[in-house]
Amino acid sequence: MHRFANPNRFLKLANAILPWAAGATVILLLAGLYFSLVASPEDYQQGATVRIMYVHVPAAWMALFVYTAMAVASAVALIWKHPVSDLFAKAASPVGAAFTFIALATGAFWGKPMWGTWWVWDARLTSMLILFFLYLGHMALMNAFDDPQRGFRAAAVLALVGVVNVPIIKFSVDWWNTLHQPASVVRMDGPAIDPAMMTPLLLMAFAFKAYFVTVVLLRMRGEIAEAKVRAISMSQVHG
Amino acid sequence: MIAGFGAIVARDLRLALRQGSDSLMVVTFFVLTVVLFPFGVGPEAGILERISAGVLWVTALLASMLSLDRLFQTDYEDGSLDLMTRGPAPLGVLVLGKVTAHWLTTGLPLLLAAPVLAVLLNMNAAGFGVLVLAFLIGTPTLSLIGAVGAALVLGARRGGVLLSLLVLPLYIPVLVFGVSAVDAAVMDLPVRAQLLILGGFLFAAAALCPWATAAALRQAVE
Repeated sequence: MHRFANPNRFLKLANAILPWAAGATVILLLAGLYFSLVASPEDYQQGATVRIMYVHVPAAWMALFVYTAMAVASAVALIWKHPVSDLFAKAASPVGAAFTFIALATGAFWGKPMWGTWWVWDARLTSMLILFFLYLGHMALMNAFDDPQRGFRAAAVLALVGVVNVPIIKFSVDWWNTLHQPASVVRMDGPAIDPAMMTPLLLMAFAFKAYFVTVVLLRMRGEIAEAKVRAISMSQVHG
Repeated sequence: MIAGFGAIVARDLRLALRQGSDSLMVVTFFVLTVVLFPFGVGPEAGILERISAGVLWVTALLASMLSLDRLFQTDYEDGSLDLMTRGPAPLGVLVLGKVTAHWLTTGLPLLLAAPVLAVLLNMNAAGFGVLVLAFLIGTPTLSLIGAVGAALVLGARRGGVLLSLLVLPLYIPVLVFGVSAVDAAVMDLPVRAQLLILGGFLFAAAALCPWATAAALRQAVE
């Protein structure tokens, strides 16, 4: 892990991964879109609106995954003062916020025809909304200090505090009676979803994940470049 | 350890007593904001009775947040915080002392004002006891969670606004169960479960928040 604390070594790795991640995003997304929009059956009750699932569910998975990854990176950054994990946390939180927003928005579009309402205050929706606010707070705190290092450390502590929300979101559908349906893919007794729908769902999930890797690496590369520019202009000012 | 805790509580209480304005300001804010609601939603007794628990809890939440940014700010500015982080007493214990003093000066006055305001909002008398009890268990949790946020925004630009963004989402669980306890009491239903969950929040927050606050304070004075 400490091998990649050196930004230059990390950049070399990032540049090697980036084209593969970008290519995987395009291919998986095209395949996923074909299967989810054309080659998958309509639901016997929901009709074509079931296709919203292929965006909604992967986005919600990613929202939780990104937050968890961010919290792990924050712990690594606090314990080992690992500079690249700080950059990861900074790069990941806007992307995670976007996934959370997509999950909430597509959920509303799906909820209107199916439940007859855009929004209900049940446990799953509310805890996702809190996750969205946690992302926003993380981004705001990160940028609130004149010294970027202070922003990194404060945001890392916040990310770890907010981690209590992740299991609440995951199990909210089991702990409370919610309008939102319980888990149907990751279950003890196997997925309760037809293989014809499982294929596009998994394709889209992997496409989202590859997209996340691509965007985060791009953003981290930008952050490193920015730090370099800052260091150069500082050295020019101080002669 | 106990001595350090006691010393911090005594010091903060003495400071609050001599400077005097914070508790009064918080209670005044609480009373004024609650009084706005009958003007906002209209004075019909039925509506006010229905929303009374929620209004009291939301307003108490905002009021207790109002004084949070001063929790560590003065210590940060005059250097006491540097001494606390480097002193022999564990920082978590000192944080717990500061939070206790904060609750005694802001949470306790809210607790005392709540039943009076409940009368103004026409709440059913059956809810009064549970309202006070839920405030007694719930408001220390608010102070504990708020301390984490207050420590995180030390030295930040626009710290006050940022603090609300960080802390309010984490307040929601306390709000949900606090309101549901009072509503259940008003409707003559059992309230044991909600109060136990609030107690669970309090113990979890008391165990985890001083620790997180200490970590945040350390990085602030580093």
